[in-house]
Amino acid sequence: MSLELAANMGAAPKAEIPSDSPLAIRGMTVSYGQKPVVFSVDMTVAEGSMTAIIGPNGAGKSTLLKAALGIVQPLAGQALVYGKSLKAARHRIAYVPQRASVDWDFPTRVIDVVLMGLYRELGLLRRIRPHHIEKARACLERVGMTDFADRQIGQLSGGQQQRVFLARALAQEADLYLLDEPFAGVDAATEKAIIDVLKSLRSEGKTVVAVHHDLTTVRSYFDRVFLINTRKMAEGTVDDAFTSDNLNQTYGGRLATGQIDQLELTAG
Amino acid sequence: MLWNALTLQLGYNATLVTIGATLLGIAAGVTGTFLYLRKRALVSDAISHATLPGVGIAFMLMVLLGGDGRALPGLLIGAAVSSWIGLLCVSWLTGRTRLSEDAAIGAVLSVFFGFGIVLLTVIQTMGAGRAAGLESFLLGATAGMLFNDALVIALGGALTLVAVLILRRPMALLAFDPEYAAARGINVGRMDLAIMALALAVTVIGLKIVGLILIVAMLIIPPVTARFWTDRTDHMVMISGLCGGLAAWAGAAISAVAPAMPTGPIIVLVSFGLFVASLFLAPNRGVLAAYLRHVRFQRRVHMRQGLLALAQGQPIYEAYTVRLLNRAGLAQADGVPTEAGRARAAKALRDEKRWELVRADQAFESAAALYDGLRDIETVLTGDQIAEIDQRIGGPQGVAS
Amino acid sequence: MSGEEFVPLSLTPMLIGVLAAVACALPGNFLVLRKQALIGDAISHVVLPGIVVAFLITGVVAAAPMMLGAAGAALVSVVMIEAIRRLGNIEPGAAMGLTFTTLFAAGVLLLEQSDTSSVHLDVEHALYGNLESLIWLDAIGWKSLLDPVALAGLPSELGRVVIALLGVCAFLWLFWRPLVLSTFDESFAQAMGIATNRLGVALVMVAALAAVAAFDAVGSIIVIAMFICPPAAARLMTNRLEHQVAWSVVFAVLSAVLGYVFAGYGPLWLGFDNAVSAAGMIATVSGLILALAACFAPHRHRSRAPVV
Repeated sequence: MSLELAANMGAAPKAEIPSDSPLAIRGMTVSYGQKPVVFSVDMTVAEGSMTAIIGPNGAGKSTLLKAALGIVQPLAGQALVYGKSLKAARHRIAYVPQRASVDWDFPTRVIDVVLMGLYRELGLLRRIRPHHIEKARACLERVGMTDFADRQIGQLSGGQQQRVFLARALAQEADLYLLDEPFAGVDAATEKAIIDVLKSLRSEGKTVVAVHHDLTTVRSYFDRVFLINTRKMAEGTVDDAFTSDNLNQTYGGRLATGQIDQLELTAG
Repeated sequence: MLWNALTLQLGYNATLVTIGATLLGIAAGVTGTFLYLRKRALVSDAISHATLPGVGIAFMLMVLLGGDGRALPGLLIGAAVSSWIGLLCVSWLTGRTRLSEDAAIGAVLSVFFGFGIVLLTVIQTMGAGRAAGLESFLLGATAGMLFNDALVIALGGALTLVAVLILRRPMALLAFDPEYAAARGINVGRMDLAIMALALAVTVIGLKIVGLILIVAMLIIPPVTARFWTDRTDHMVMISGLCGGLAAWAGAAISAVAPAMPTGPIIVLVSFGLFVASLFLAPNRGVLAAYLRHVRFQRRVHMRQGLLALAQGQPIYEAYTVRLLNRAGLAQADGVPTEAGRARAAKALRDEKRWELVRADQAFESAAALYDGLRDIETVLTGDQIAEIDQRIGGPQGVAS
Repeated sequence: MSGEEFVPLSLTPMLIGVLAAVACALPGNFLVLRKQALIGDAISHVVLPGIVVAFLITGVVAAAPMMLGAAGAALVSVVMIEAIRRLGNIEPGAAMGLTFTTLFAAGVLLLEQSDTSSVHLDVEHALYGNLESLIWLDAIGWKSLLDPVALAGLPSELGRVVIALLGVCAFLWLFWRPLVLSTFDESFAQAMGIATNRLGVALVMVAALAAVAAFDAVGSIIVIAMFICPPAAARLMTNRLEHQVAWSVVFAVLSAVLGYVFAGYGPLWLGFDNAVSAAGMIATVSGLILALAACFAPHRHRSRAPVV
């Protein structure tokens, strides 16, 4: 009877995940102590898309990304990258952690941080050659930070720090870009610069997934959304999934109806 | 013999030392709790190592002035002054430069200690024999203590304890919530200073008993032990004081009867014994309890995920989940559900649907806040409410629960 | 001063002091940046119980078993700190303090209980070593440096410190990139596939290796001081890690040389006739260098974004 019941409730068995999806998460559960932060989440990222992970504070957005990258240990579940295990496909992922997660007083320069993105290429002992520096400078150029290459990183503004992190991810020359709150606490110019880079990545056929906070910009920045509040609440194109019903359910009535109406307006 | 020591029947000096050590242990446990809650446990390490140059300089001054260099009150005043300077150096380094607190503490403790050793070697050359006894500040020594010294320790321990008891309310308020404490008119900076001053008093008075290397243990171990037994600041203060007093009392008594058992190490090891027992056996935060809870929790998560997968006809990816379902008689070894499994799965899925509605409906907001993916819906909603939700879901009714 | 006096009496102690200081300062750079400076403190305290246990097991005071015992104790302490921190959910500082005081207390107690009166093994020695005694009796002047017979009589501590320094250098050279990456941005390093936890433990073990070799020769005060003071002062001199490491080596060498000279000759200059503790003086000089850096170094303040 379970199958009929399931069908009744609109939870039809899902199609098999396409094996070439840049990121497929299955049954992921992560808990800090006794509280599951992410519970039994499935996610399938479409190739060449820009996906926003959306949900209220503490809904497990960052944790989901970290679990997919093996940074936090899940209680259950697994992530496949381009149909392979994380270990086999790590080189195809670039990751931009939250800006606040590092000590910006660290004694290093902007260009050195970008060169960290070449770690997999350089390995332990290979020497840094002029063409590596060229590549790092080109990445800085893309985010408009060329003039700051020799600055100590502590002397940057928040927005500039975020751009340096993005440049480091660009240096990784990956196919899948995972960004944790790239727009948190940055100035308007930086936000524009970052979204321009992300869109150009998409036009090159790369896939972008970002944890995102600002509901008003979802429609203009992203083409797909993934709504999460511990459980997956909705997943799909912005038109299909970014609906007031889904938002209400995700935010559990914490968004005033007026706010949602506004979002619908920006859509039009 | 040990019984005599524990019950304070072993002569004046030993009795005084034991009483002093016990009072000091209580004061250390209580003060240490506030240090720990303010996340500054290791500052005490800087305080204790920074006493050494003060002891050396005080000795030299007293000798130069023609007195007996070993007079305990003088040495303790010297110790207090130099460790206060050490504290100032720590806060100056962290406040004025980019160095973090741990580097500042480490720098101060090693440099002051090194300088103290230099002074000790100077004293050794000042006149043979006269310096004998200063080394005892490194590891503490209560054997053969003078009556006056024992009196100083007993009085010092009592005074420190009184000061701690007087200040315990504002300190607890500060440790619990600094902003609230400030709003209540407590001067946070001055109170932090008071905590430091008390830690310093404990350290200085404990020097002769425990020695400067191990005195930190009296400030650090009891609060960590107490943390396992309670979440309340006031209880933690009491338990910590109790542990500190107990360890100090046992340590002083044991070493009074067995001179080969130095007081300091015994106190530390008794403290550590209490800590280990708490680490493993404490009912809620203890390792054993936490491990059992984790295993149960993981099992619940896997069961629930497995049931939901069964209900939705999805494959189960994890072998552990299949094993659990199989063991509970809900699925066969290959993951195909049994009859009972189907029923349980349907119930799980229905509960999910119920939760979905609860969480979308603002009327149930307080119940929705309890959602964690595992909680049985029956534990947060009444039967009537569930019936109402089922009404809205529609579909087949009367799922066996 | 003539070579005849300097080479046998001062050259080897000074050299051992310098090498030990550098061996500790190098890993110290990373410990300070990782806010683990006090791990050095903890390690140097637990060396004592390690040595005592080694003595109790083997019954002899020999270098090899003692080094092993000390290294074993360092490993035990690292495991214990981690275990207490994770199992009990206790902040690292408290876990550290708890661990090293307990192990040190156990060491002192064992020492008092066992019959070590016949051998040279005491707490004071463990704390401030005996750098001055590491003399090279076979040397008669500078030319002894070329004399194989005399060279064979070099104090064995020198060889051990050299090996430890080489080990430290090899580790830093080989793992420089992942170390920098995981120190600066741990989650990015993990996403790159670097085993940051294992690397962290390896760093602490390398620090322990340096500590044990240095401790053997110079006692534990120098070890703590050299782990922290030269790197901390160096951090205030520059904003680049490579330069910081270079400065820390300079400061370590300076502390060791000046400290040794002041301890040996300073009292004579002041009219006293006895030398003071070289280990204590080296720590003191490193503190003075740090104080000067904290007052005058170009990058002593936290950097801020320039107002645009």
